[in-house]
Amino acid sequence: MTATTFAPELGCPSGLEPPADGAVIDPAPFVRRANGLARLDLAVFGAKCAACIRKIEGAMNAFPDMQSARLNLSTGRLSLVWTDGAIDPKSLADRLDKLGYRAAPFDPEAAEKEADKEGRRLLRALAVAGFAMANVMLLSVSVWAGGGEMGPATRDLMHWVSALIAIPAALYAGQTFFASAFRALKVGRANMDVPISLGVILALSVSVFEFFAHGAHTYFDAAVMLLFFLLIGRYLDHRLRLRARAAARDLLALQAVTASRINPDGTLVSVSARDIAPGDRLLIAPGDRAPVDGVIEEGQSSIDMSLVTGESAPVRAGEGALLHAGVLNLTARITMRAAKSANDSLVADLTRLIEAGEQTKSRYVRLADRAASLYVPVVHTLAALTFLGWYFIMDAGLRASVLNAVALLIITCPCALGLAAPAVQVVATGRLFRKGVLVKSGDALERLAEVDTVVFDKTGTLTFGKPRLSNRANLSDDDLAAAASLARISRHPLSRAIVAEAGPGKPAADAREIPGDGVEGTYGGVTVKLGRAAFVGAARSEDDVQESWLKIGDQAPIRLEFEDRVRRDAADTIMQLRQLGLGVQMLSGDRAPAAQKAAALLGIDDWRAEVTPKDKTAHLEALRLEGKRVGMVGDGLNDAPSLAGAHASLSPGTAADASQAAADFVYQGSGLHPIVDAVSFSCSARRRVVENFAFAAAYNACAVPLAAFGLVTPLIAAIAMSGSSMIVTLNALRIGAGGARS
Amino acid sequence: MTALLFLMPVALGLGALGLGAFFWALKSGQFEDPKGSAERILLDDDLKDQDD
Repeated sequence: MTATTFAPELGCPSGLEPPADGAVIDPAPFVRRANGLARLDLAVFGAKCAACIRKIEGAMNAFPDMQSARLNLSTGRLSLVWTDGAIDPKSLADRLDKLGYRAAPFDPEAAEKEADKEGRRLLRALAVAGFAMANVMLLSVSVWAGGGEMGPATRDLMHWVSALIAIPAALYAGQTFFASAFRALKVGRANMDVPISLGVILALSVSVFEFFAHGAHTYFDAAVMLLFFLLIGRYLDHRLRLRARAAARDLLALQAVTASRINPDGTLVSVSARDIAPGDRLLIAPGDRAPVDGVIEEGQSSIDMSLVTGESAPVRAGEGALLHAGVLNLTARITMRAAKSANDSLVADLTRLIEAGEQTKSRYVRLADRAASLYVPVVHTLAALTFLGWYFIMDAGLRASVLNAVALLIITCPCALGLAAPAVQVVATGRLFRKGVLVKSGDALERLAEVDTVVFDKTGTLTFGKPRLSNRANLSDDDLAAAASLARISRHPLSRAIVAEAGPGKPAADAREIPGDGVEGTYGGVTVKLGRAAFVGAARSEDDVQESWLKIGDQAPIRLEFEDRVRRDAADTIMQLRQLGLGVQMLSGDRAPAAQKAAALLGIDDWRAEVTPKDKTAHLEALRLEGKRVGMVGDGLNDAPSLAGAHASLSPGTAADASQAAADFVYQGSGLHPIVDAVSFSCSARRRVVENFAFAAAYNACAVPLAAFGLVTPLIAAIAMSGSSMIVTLNALRIGAGGARS
Repeated sequence: MTALLFLMPVALGLGALGLGAFFWALKSGQFEDPKGSAERILLDDDLKDQDD
């Protein structure tokens, strides 16, 4: 097969589907200009493979005057540079939209272009420590193996070279630990970095002293090896945290929403949401979201509030109706007058609630830190006792006493402890990722393992969040085809449900949408109407079912019924969570009858309906005060604050950007089963971490007496340290093999 | 034992070379987009004229 035959088909299904809400954002306000060049960063969603890179970069480079277009697949960022003035930025976004990728302007100011400096520093320190460890170990092994045969002069040479490598390397690679230990000591606390720094510095100083005294034992190798192992753990941990921070940063950057402002002279200008002032007139096209809170001035349309309130049915809104930022305009063009600036709008309120929630979360003390707070005083007391014992009771002299105390500090240095948690978390995160669950931070796993109550949102989480035709059986194929031919031109969720049921086909040629009423057109030579009861001349029924009416020619109107269906494995998932010993509750922003129906179907007894975002956080807070650890699962913008405030939280990949950013776990797919996976993996990760700590404790229990009695040589310390680190890492790899219930 | 006098600098030099190479790779942005680099190798840039 040659490249030519498969190249056009090569690729994944991503990018073939049009963007969900069909809104193309004008990125014009985000173009940065300098030296005759225009630069723009876009966040591109859905790019996954080589074919996506090729399609996107190819299409962008096809614009004349495009200087460079480069897509970073890892971050989903497309960086564009072109000759200023040659290309309309909107056409770039349009082109991407045609290719089937959703693109959002990425505000690099909000994203702070800092390129993960901390990670780079750790990686450099790790490389230096690795280099030093390998070389010093080479020299140390020859000293150990040389034993009696090696003359003192050669041994001193070896020690001298070791010192030359190890001291600068350790001082460079250990900066992270020294700085953190110093910060902790300054506020009168001791963290894990205190014994680490103390161990490294003492090992180096004692070794230098021994070197000048022509002693047989130096600990240069131990100092750099310790740093090497600890830096591995630190780097893994940093990578996990980085992902969580990047998600939050992207949320900020994505708030770079644009809007069309209507100037007093009637012309339109694209502005960033931040620049909208109260009183501005804005044009909201079908498929656009309201950028700020405001009031409709002109026009009538159906508004999808589900992201903001959780209510599943669209609401008809006309002049004077209040729109919250984030609601989606579905059917017709409306003009609204901004009532608040972006900073005072509902979305900003929610962002503040999210931040508040995240702050409570950051107070969570990780298992490793809890272990450290027990460990530090014990080890330091033991080292002091060792010194005092040798100096005063055994009368061993200052040099031998210090050497033994230092040996104890080195061998108990929390090498295994430092690796114990990050190694497990990295493995668990990787396994969960393959199961379609993205874990955003290491301590999220620890927190989810502690959860005892799971609170679900209804719309979009337990249910699909989209209406589906429920009385298909009452319709003839021809009726459905007629309805679908009209529905194809509309964005209304009910129309989409009809199209989803009918499958692909052609829209009626002369179909037109009457905003707030329905669609009218010709199908098979007769006039067909699809829409509200009043629109087709039918009597609206009193029950609470979502409905739409179809009138073909002069026939009696036909009623189409819709309901938001519960996800297929929702009941199963809830049962399995109960089997794992968790309580299950449901909070919904939807109306009571809809919530009650879903709750009854799923067997949830504990549910509330018509709750506002603030009610949700209040309910979660109440549960917390009862002593419960709450896991929250939700997808709407209205859930974001409670997702941020819950002990641990999950959100589906279809959720609002803010919710995905606020949640600890994001799961893919249409099922809920990943929630059970996430919970059971978290539990088994926790078990492994605890096992690793238990192992580290047992190891120390053996090592401390050896060191205290002066039996530890640098060789034994090296073997013990690397051995324990390996065992801890191997134990981490067992996740999913034994612990996970699938 | 005189062999040590040149073997040790050689060993250290090789190690330092590796370290330098890693720093260079880090600095020249080779770790910026690991996913993209893995996929880009599949693109036939050299065949561009023929298949586009």
